[in-house]
Amino acid sequence: MTNSDSLPPPPTSHAARADLRPEHIRDAVIRLAGNSQDGIQSAGALLARLAGRSDQDVMTYMTIPSTISGGPSLFQVRVGTGEVLSPGDEADFLVAFYQHSYDDNIGFLREGGVLLYDSDNVQPNADDKRFVHVGIPITGLTVEALGGTAKDKGKNVFVLGLLAKIFDLDIEKLQRLLKEKFGGKNESVLNTALMAFQAGYAYPVGNVLSTRYKFEPPEETGGRAQVTMDGNQALAYGLIAAGVRYGAAYPITPWTTVMEVLRAELPKYGGLFVQCEDEIGAVSMALGFSYSGHLAITGSSGPGISLKTEAIGWATMAEMPLIIVNVQRGGPSTGLPTNVEQSDLYQAIFGGHGDSPRVVLAPSTVEDCFYIAIEAARIARNYSTPVFILSDASLATRIQAFDEPDLKNLVVEFVPNLTPREAGFKPYPLDGLTQHAPPGTRMLGGVYPTVTGLEHDEMGHPTGSPKLHAAMTAKRRSKLQRLAAEIPLPEVFGDAEGEALLVGWGSTYGPIYEAVKTARAAGESLSALHLRHLNPLPNGLEKIFAKFRRIIVVEMNDEGIYGHGQLASILRARYCDPKIASLTKTNGLTFRVKEILEGVLK
Amino acid sequence: MSTTLSDTAAAKLTKKDLTADHPTWCPGCGDFSVLASFYKMLERRQLPHENIVTLAGIGCSSRFPYFVNTHGGHFIHGRAVPLASGVSLSRPDLHVFLFGGDGDAFSIGGNHLEHGARKNINLTYVIMDNFVYGLTKKQTSPTSPVGFKSKTDPTGAVDQPVNPMKKLITAGATFVARSHTTQVNHMIAMMERAMDHNGFSVVEILSECVEFFPGAFDAGNPRKGGEFRQIEEKKWDGTPEDELRHDTTDELAAYRLAGEPFPGLFGVFYESDRPTKNALEARWIQATREKTGGATALETLQKTFDRMK
Repeated sequence: MTNSDSLPPPPTSHAARADLRPEHIRDAVIRLAGNSQDGIQSAGALLARLAGRSDQDVMTYMTIPSTISGGPSLFQVRVGTGEVLSPGDEADFLVAFYQHSYDDNIGFLREGGVLLYDSDNVQPNADDKRFVHVGIPITGLTVEALGGTAKDKGKNVFVLGLLAKIFDLDIEKLQRLLKEKFGGKNESVLNTALMAFQAGYAYPVGNVLSTRYKFEPPEETGGRAQVTMDGNQALAYGLIAAGVRYGAAYPITPWTTVMEVLRAELPKYGGLFVQCEDEIGAVSMALGFSYSGHLAITGSSGPGISLKTEAIGWATMAEMPLIIVNVQRGGPSTGLPTNVEQSDLYQAIFGGHGDSPRVVLAPSTVEDCFYIAIEAARIARNYSTPVFILSDASLATRIQAFDEPDLKNLVVEFVPNLTPREAGFKPYPLDGLTQHAPPGTRMLGGVYPTVTGLEHDEMGHPTGSPKLHAAMTAKRRSKLQRLAAEIPLPEVFGDAEGEALLVGWGSTYGPIYEAVKTARAAGESLSALHLRHLNPLPNGLEKIFAKFRRIIVVEMNDEGIYGHGQLASILRARYCDPKIASLTKTNGLTFRVKEILEGVLK
Repeated sequence: MSTTLSDTAAAKLTKKDLTADHPTWCPGCGDFSVLASFYKMLERRQLPHENIVTLAGIGCSSRFPYFVNTHGGHFIHGRAVPLASGVSLSRPDLHVFLFGGDGDAFSIGGNHLEHGARKNINLTYVIMDNFVYGLTKKQTSPTSPVGFKSKTDPTGAVDQPVNPMKKLITAGATFVARSHTTQVNHMIAMMERAMDHNGFSVVEILSECVEFFPGAFDAGNPRKGGEFRQIEEKKWDGTPEDELRHDTTDELAAYRLAGEPFPGLFGVFYESDRPTKNALEARWIQATREKTGGATALETLQKTFDRMK
């Protein structure tokens, strides 16, 4: 909680005062810790949505156990007036439902922070004077408010009511959100939720906490409303905006929610998403859609992408457009299914036999998930090539509010281009980019094209000619070089020259930029550069690198045998620059700002 | 299938129009006659040239698309069923033909065959079964008989072979037939019925590999002293003879026929008019579109985003 002038004072007495002293804050990190069936995600998501609706910046972070039911779970919401870049290193406010929630998370509460605990289940260390202890019998009060049948279900909404009081949230908006969330079910569900909410809100929290926190009103945003969603939703809707109407996949965490959205949404657009028998069937069916003239999408997480690899090689060889989403998790093998890692970069760039160049993009934020999908579709169509989107588990489940995209100018519709092709049409011209004639296209010269995974001549006939294999290999490579020339060079954040430049990709954007902000505020020379296009890289990066004494690539993967993470190794290979160094981590958790600062300023 | 007459008007589709590269098969390969039968069937049916799609996986027989001058694709080993399914599901205007061998269909692609059949995707799959891996020069295939000596089973194959008819019937294919490359008219008739069937239609054609398993199907070839035993289908004429004939909609009866010892029976084993995935998905899409009142993509996405504010 960053106070506008100073940190909030700890309460001096527990006097029975029902009135909370108001205190203006710009930013708060609230961590809800419980079990996976307690609905803390939905309570947290409601908070996030409220913030988004109130034009505040918001970011969430959650972990869910990979067990089927039960197990510790947490949801962290950071709400701010102004830019929120990371979910926060430390919590200002910890809500602990159980003893294990307290034990596991108290280390994340900052000194002076507020511990709100369910006194029916949690016995905090009373001697620990670093925190403000607020004990409330959450379970008992929820049961009391709702009657016996609900057991302790509804604790999440009770806590939401409590938080609404403590943070002086707009309860009209919150109750409307509750109605939107629970109104679709039967009326008693909504009534129960509202009862729990009101019970929490009515609790005389002033008796145990003396301060009421109030967010500063946000600055005028210039009219554009905010939308609040998670990264997987943003990806799915970005694809829809880009006119992608067909896809196929197989469920795997944390990719699955992308396919769930697309399966449910695409029929509204006249499209179709198919759940296939396996990963290979899914990529093959997606290629069938693409071959038919509908740019298609398939996706998965690491293990599933491994299975799709052969077919992606075909897409490179046959020059078939395809979008492949990889929502990365910890690997290798089944690895850490619900944790985050950026360790599939090599797989995306190199994961195929033969010389099989493909395009690789990575979104930096939830908002960027939406725009990167549009960029992927554009590239796949223009260059008739497979395009990877490397998202990750943290973006997948993170909820952020962002300015509503300008849909009027972004939404496009495509139909297969079945215009009859003139005689002499070549599916694989050596002197130009491939643009296939989908089936259903009349070939006026009477010669019909074959798409193929065998090396081929310009007409698609198989060939073993050494000359042609060399020429076609160059054709498939040079279109990526052509693409590289049109990618804009990313802007440096901070000074354009100086001591150190942090280079990041993907979801590390937030903590890296916050680290740069923090360091610069403390007078350090630190800048950052974030790459969205990873293969090919934009041209001209060397000119940026030349202006810094140190280049530190920050990424969530292993430093490898030779001491460099995956992107760092690629940049070192590309620029032969020994000043390119690595800051990596592999504990399955996102970077904390502090870790980056300690890593680069040591 | 939409056929615009004006598009194809005068030009009659001939074998010449349909012929592409000269086949790379060995002289005497059974697959030649499958190709010839396919040309004949297309000539007879006069489909719009541009709406014919010929797809395949990997194997000798999977070279098929190169030899047919239609839109076509040569995919990876075993995965042609889902590829063809993508084409079929997104393009109701096309006739999707899939060609392949026993390795593609019953070994590496076995799971896809199973699910393509279960989902009842509207396409026609012609499996040229030669009981051996030919392209890689004589290894055991999933249909090789026990005792067959190959480079991977030098003392004779020990694994029980797949029974294609049984596999297809139990998987849920809605048209299951069998033929022999020496019986051209029968092959054409089976392929034509398969094409006319709305759903996942498969014809297994015994196609001799003269190089690596010569004489494999002589037992089904009358000219080599064998017997081409055809399934007699019910005529529903109420005669006592008809009692003995095969009801192609009777799954259990079809399964029983599939158990006949080698070379087995030829003809239609099973057919059913179960709804296709194509139709079921199209119905869902249509119902959804009706609910949205045919809103444009922009309107629909805007509405979704409004709910996320």
